Amino acid sequence: MSRRDEILRIEDLYVHFYTYAGVVKAIDGVNMSVLRGETYGLVGETGCGKSVTMRAVLRLIPPPGRIVKGRVIFNGVNLLELPEEEMRKIRGAKIAYIVQDPTAALDPLYTSGFQVAETILAHEENVGKKSVWERVVSLFKSVLIPDAERRVKQYPHEFSGGMRQRVVIACAISEKPELLIADEPTTSVDVTVQAQILEVLEDLKKTQEMTMILVTHNLGLVAQICDRVGVMYAGSIVEVSDVFRLFEEPLHPYTRGLLNAIPHVTRTQFRLEPIPGTIPDLINPPPGCRFHPRCKHATGICKREKPKLREIEPGRFVACHLYRGD
Amino acid sequence: MEAPLIQVKDLVKYFPVKKLFITVGQVHAVDGVSFEIMRGETFGLVGESGSGKTTLGRLMLRLLTPTSGDVVYNGRSIFELEGGELKEFRRRAQIVFQDPYTSLNPRMTIYDILSEPINVHKIRIPDKREYIVKLLETVGLGEEHLYRYPHEFSGGQKQRIAIARVLALRPEFTVLDEPTSALDVSVQAQILNMLKELQSEFKFTYLFISHDLSVVKFMSHRIAVMYVGKIIEVAPSDDLFSEPLHPYTQMLLSALPVPDPKYTRSKQIIKPRGQVPSAISPPPGCRFHPRCPFAREKCKAEEPELREVKPSRLVACHLYS
Ligand SMILES: Nc1ncnc2c1ncn2[C@@H]1O[C@H](COP(=O)(O)OP(=O)(O)O)[C@@H](O)[C@H]1O
Ligand SMILES: Nc1ncnc2c1ncn2[C@@H]1O[C@H](COP(=O)(O)OP(=O)(O)O)[C@@H](O)[C@H]1O
Ligand SMILES: [Mg+2]
Ligand SMILES: [Mg+2]
Repeated sequence: MSRRDEILRIEDLYVHFYTYAGVVKAIDGVNMSVLRGETYGLVGETGCGKSVTMRAVLRLIPPPGRIVKGRVIFNGVNLLELPEEEMRKIRGAKIAYIVQDPTAALDPLYTSGFQVAETILAHEENVGKKSVWERVVSLFKSVLIPDAERRVKQYPHEFSGGMRQRVVIACAISEKPELLIADEPTTSVDVTVQAQILEVLEDLKKTQEMTMILVTHNLGLVAQICDRVGVMYAGSIVEVSDVFRLFEEPLHPYTRGLLNAIPHVTRTQFRLEPIPGTIPDLINPPPGCRFHPRCKHATGICKREKPKLREIEPGRFVACHLYRGD
Repeated sequence: MEAPLIQVKDLVKYFPVKKLFITVGQVHAVDGVSFEIMRGETFGLVGESGSGKTTLGRLMLRLLTPTSGDVVYNGRSIFELEGGELKEFRRRAQIVFQDPYTSLNPRMTIYDILSEPINVHKIRIPDKREYIVKLLETVGLGEEHLYRYPHEFSGGQKQRIAIARVLALRPEFTVLDEPTSALDVSVQAQILNMLKELQSEFKFTYLFISHDLSVVKFMSHRIAVMYVGKIIEVAPSDDLFSEPLHPYTQMLLSALPVPDPKYTRSKQIIKPRGQVPSAISPPPGCRFHPRCPFAREKCKAEEPELREVKPSRLVACHLYS
């Protein structure tokens, strides 16, 4: 991988939450590299740190959370060192972020078109009212909202959940971001609506030459639209691979566990293979590899030493002592 | 699997839509549904949100009164049961809800939560504590959990407790309404395996409701697909996936992302068109016709009936008439 192609690089990121119960070590040394133009899938179960990692990229960690250390390099610039003023120009304009719940993202008191117009006006000065409105209509068209001219004048409650999510996407892409972070964008909608939203996202990716990070717990979605995948567990990325090899031959015991735990419509299964144990407490996480208490391959070193994410064959990275070269 | 345990006969449930206390319309939540569930069978019910799955499940337990139609359980209409018979039905037929967070009383210990149904139904057992510990062990928990409160448990553990509470009554029939939708996949796997094991051990009959097609396929012997209050297809689980007949079923399956990149990217996609119509004024004729790539004139005028088009395959579609 040549660094030239990288749009985003996260290095050694640590985020902690300072709660009454103790320090939650939520993000524990994340390393991640996203290539320009790709769809990168960040996958893992609830609470593993997907959203916090993405929020760290935008420097939107809510208190009591804090970025303890690390670097977030976007187009060669470390975002964690930028003055807030500069950062504001990147948020929403260069990097857009859409979240699961479209209802919370929209204000019920304003028309959907007005809200898209507002995002444009927040980032651009000297734009005429008429041209903004024309752009809003064309944005509605680009997210495949039928009857766009009429729909821009409607309020969020007049939209179905799937249509609302399209309005949110229209807001997100209004400034032609280079990077779109879609955090569980289809988790609260049905499969047919999901298929329609995915179509919108894939279409936009092509026409606008965007890079996309799709955050999800749904392995089917990852298989369907991602080019490369990072698998997260308890605050770290434990495996990175292109999507085909990941599903064909998962390397990390956690990735393998996940794939065996889900029902597959293409197979006949009589039993699923659950991953034993539970997700660790991140106030007192297990030492060494955080997955070791649930891993049937764990040995002494796994309890002592945290494995690093290493490239073990071209394009395949895994953080597991099973794959030590020596 | 011999005689049907439950027969659902032309069941209808409308909910009034009110504006300023005046009824302005009806939600056709369940709109003329008939099927049978065999003893020991898992009957799956899939459909998108709002299609009427939960309403149907609640009707089958007499937690709602139907607008018309009937549910026959062990040969008796459940809506005619009274007194002791009704009480016995309430013991035999149970429900597990989606949300393990709200279904357990936060102020009761696990011991109290599991005692309650035993007391209410006066289940006679020699040693209640021992019985409850056994229930906990059946769902993978233990004696050490007896005097804890729900908030001390994870989502998966709470769902196990909810299942233990149902098991306490030794039911015959259980409606499982999205029992794992709030859980992560590794926890879901444990609960689904457990439900299957309990079924083979105690010969339970399940109505398994979910919007997740892969989960329904894994659990069910037969599957019914619902669309805006109607059942539009019923098929043995494997057949539904290898050869979906109804165009809506085909659309659903083609929209389902499958965790196999080669397969999921090469499969034929029927692009979902339009949106699910309002259940207040469903389209005339076949409810799916405005979105159906094969719709003909007849589909706009005449509602297709659910008919057997080949052995054990039922579909409500004019394409097959
Ligand atoms: N406001 C908060 N206070 C304390 N801990 C938090 C907070 N937000 C997140 N965390 C911790 O960070 C972890 C990762 O959360 P998140 O990134 O939201 O997970 P997900 O992978 O589901 O998006 C959680 O397990 C939780 O322990
Ligand atoms: N108590 C109620 N009052 C009015 N409408 C209801 C009520 N319960 C359900 N509905 C409506 O009935 C339809 C079917 O709902 P439901 O059975 O919950 O569907 P599902 O479980 O498939 O998501 C929906 O349109 C819903 O809004
Ligand atoms: Mg999240
Ligand atoms: Mg429901």
